[in-house]
Amino acid sequence: MEKNIQLDLGYWVQKKAKQLGATESALGINHARSVSVDFRDGKVEKLKESTQQALWIEIFAKGRYSNHSTNDLRKESLEKFIANAVDLTGFLEKDEFRKLPDPELYKGQSSVDLDLYDAKQSDVTADERLRRAKELGETLDGKDDRIISIASGFYDSHSETYHLKSNGFEGHKESTSFTHGASVSMQGKGDKKPEGWRYYRAHHLEDLVDAEQTALEALERTKARMGAEKIPSETMPLLLENSNAAGLFWRIMYPLSASAIQQKNSFLEGKQDQQIASDVLTILDNPSIIRGLGSRYYDGDGIAAKQMPLITNGVLNNYFVDVYYGNKLGWKPTKGGASNLIVKPGLRSGAEIEAGLDRAILVTDWLGGNANPTTGDYSLGVAGWLIENGKRVKSITEMNISGNYTDLLMNLVEVGNDPWVHSSFRTPTMLFDKVNFSGS
Amino acid sequence: MLHMSRRDFVKITGTGLALATLPGFIRSGFANVVPGDNPYKFYFNRFGIDEDMVQKVMAEALHYGGDYCDLFFQNQLSNSIRLQDNIVNSASTNVTLGVGIRVLKGDQTGYSFTEDISLVSMKAAARTAAGIASGSAKKAPQTFNSTKLMNYYDTQVSWEDVGIKDKVEMLQAINEDIFKQDSRVIKASVNFSDSENYILVVNSEGGLATDYQPMLRISAGCTAEENGKRENNYFDYSVRDDINFLTPERLKRLPKEAVARTVKLFEAQTPPAGEMPVVLAAGSSGILLHEAIGHGMEADFNRQGISVFSDMINQKVAEEFVTIVDNGTNPHVRGSINVDDEGHPSQETVLVENGVLRTFMHDRISAKHYGVDPTGSGRRESFKHYPMPRMRNTYMKNGPHKYAEIIANVKYGIIAEQFTNGQVNIGPGDFTFYVKSGSLIEDGKVTGPIKDVNIIGNGPEVLSRVTMVADDMVMAEGGWTCGKNGQSVPVSMGLPSVLVSSITVGGRG
Repeated sequence: MEKNIQLDLGYWVQKKAKQLGATESALGINHARSVSVDFRDGKVEKLKESTQQALWIEIFAKGRYSNHSTNDLRKESLEKFIANAVDLTGFLEKDEFRKLPDPELYKGQSSVDLDLYDAKQSDVTADERLRRAKELGETLDGKDDRIISIASGFYDSHSETYHLKSNGFEGHKESTSFTHGASVSMQGKGDKKPEGWRYYRAHHLEDLVDAEQTALEALERTKARMGAEKIPSETMPLLLENSNAAGLFWRIMYPLSASAIQQKNSFLEGKQDQQIASDVLTILDNPSIIRGLGSRYYDGDGIAAKQMPLITNGVLNNYFVDVYYGNKLGWKPTKGGASNLIVKPGLRSGAEIEAGLDRAILVTDWLGGNANPTTGDYSLGVAGWLIENGKRVKSITEMNISGNYTDLLMNLVEVGNDPWVHSSFRTPTMLFDKVNFSGS
Repeated sequence: MLHMSRRDFVKITGTGLALATLPGFIRSGFANVVPGDNPYKFYFNRFGIDEDMVQKVMAEALHYGGDYCDLFFQNQLSNSIRLQDNIVNSASTNVTLGVGIRVLKGDQTGYSFTEDISLVSMKAAARTAAGIASGSAKKAPQTFNSTKLMNYYDTQVSWEDVGIKDKVEMLQAINEDIFKQDSRVIKASVNFSDSENYILVVNSEGGLATDYQPMLRISAGCTAEENGKRENNYFDYSVRDDINFLTPERLKRLPKEAVARTVKLFEAQTPPAGEMPVVLAAGSSGILLHEAIGHGMEADFNRQGISVFSDMINQKVAEEFVTIVDNGTNPHVRGSINVDDEGHPSQETVLVENGVLRTFMHDRISAKHYGVDPTGSGRRESFKHYPMPRMRNTYMKNGPHKYAEIIANVKYGIIAEQFTNGQVNIGPGDFTFYVKSGSLIEDGKVTGPIKDVNIIGNGPEVLSRVTMVADDMVMAEGGWTCGKNGQSVPVSMGLPSVLVSSITVGGRG
């Protein structure tokens, strides 16, 4: 859909909602196109191309609220759709906290170009996509006799969204995304077929990690899983690989939200300005990193994106406060959720930290598990390496770590100087003491 | 996304979704048993298409010599409504409409879709999907024959005809009941969602199938506080059924179970750690099967030779009293389907028969690869996705033992009762499932509750360690959703009470 047509439709929907009885409205219109190419063992397995559109609208009518979405954007369908949406809203109960944000919060958007859109995407041809996916997989041909199957792929997309709120907010987001990577299966002991993979994503094609390196990393990660076994239960240090550390931390994002606190489901309630982690942990939410995977100009409420310290030297500085739950709590909104989370790096590399460990487990993969946001208890499946005297001596799998986040965060003893920049959560290697590992 | 391809998971559907009825929506007076001599005419009219259009789109799809093509038309209407902080203060609706076009050349897939069901747009999408092949054009079929199907979810009332006012009152009554159950309750929430999915699949072999797929999910959750400690839990139902499912008895049980499950957690002890016997309680413990064997038996992984079960067909994998099926025909169960998303009738597929591994779950591509009949397991999330072999309702059939006998057999171990999520690595067969609540067993007796513990094991090993199976099989009641290759589909699962002689429990004690 052309830009002006998309935006004009947004204005039309906004006006129609008002005419049909909505006091206020907030809407988004998205148009996205994506192409994916999957190869397996040198042959195209799947080719997929898609173009899609969607409209979603929040209706505020007579103190009541509802939200709706559709992909049928013909005006005759939309008119009926909006009329039904407004009618339905009237049957709900009044909610004094549901209102559009204070327009003051919209002000102050960054004027810096975050560079999330790669104009060169439109030059990528079908042949180039096929070549990229194929060559990435072919890198591993003949590299190891134990390889059973290699899957490789190249995926790109372009997405454009307009946001309109009836009290004056207008926003526009346009971005491109490129992903490539490989998954490798190898013949292990008996019927076991260990697998490993590596995928990288970037807003710009030129920022993707080199294809050969990506494929070789996938192979190395698979080889590392060969012969993995569990070992007896033990309490010992946990060394968390940088690319894997976000898997531990995203579970505390919900307890850090105003919705969890207002609903009394957060073990971090009442902890603002208190020590919740050891003093080596500092996390900054920074929405303005050029080409950052979590970068943005505004959040879901339209609040202008700004830097926000989350944790400084272990002290909790701020919660994620959206407009609705902020209203309920009587708190000033901050931001509805994380953008780019930047962990302040330490002094040593992951390899240096590892070399100094007498006995620990390096966790390189998660497998399932969960955490209780109300109590902070967690129990998570892990795989990785047993480290003795600074060396990886045994590949381990089928083990769990368990405990409470309150203790775990306080037992963080060191962070590395190697943040993983291929994610919106830039975590370095992390070392925790006294973690319960359960195994045989 | 793609890195999920080998890490398939199942989870209980989030409680955030809720809906409201759209009065006077696109559809009216539709009965889910397709009537008349031309049973698919209703669907052709609904999507604004005719045979001639379909033939023209297919001719385009086969223009470059594809072996086969199919068109998957879908229209889904979803509603949800939510109560939080004592008021019914949020509702959502969603409309999905479109057609997916797939072209196969050998085991290669070309796929494209359009949300605009016009001849021009469909032909453009077809031409894109056709690009998987390179050869001379093939002809589209001249006639289409409707597949005769059973109906496993007959309903009397369309969700369109259920007024929002009725739902609002229902949610308010449940909320009141939650607070009446226990004075320790400090927060409650209730979610109600319904949807109606209309699908039409037509293929280049002249096959045609249609289905109307209703779905309901209702959940009640609460947070309770005691001596400064808080706990949260919930209970839910999810079925392919209409409003008549919600009998007064079931509506009464919903808040009761939600509160009982929450306050029980106050008494929970620290779960033990290490390898020990685990009793899987009857019901949603079927998550064990979903992860330990289900995904590994999906034929795409086996066709590619990357599943731990790839070379085990007709081998003994469990005791002879173990029979495991994946069944799409259980009346009104969440994972049931009358027809799969490739147009194959649903069926019961026997994965393990008396301890012997029997049949993979197939889609069209894998069935052709193995030279067998499809098993009705080709499913997709929506018209935006290509089909793959997927589970429906996976469960173990009753065995020869009694529940009491099983408990008495355990010196020290746990019972796993309620679950939130599971995951598996297909190749090595390692899997996990998370136990939200359960109980400790000491000297053959149940001694107290435990909570929040992950269990981790290896599929084939754990199957071989199923040493007792009781005669009390029940299906899960809640809204399970299975994820694979970035696609989510509704599933269910079931299990009689089962003893696994040894598996790793991720506790601390």
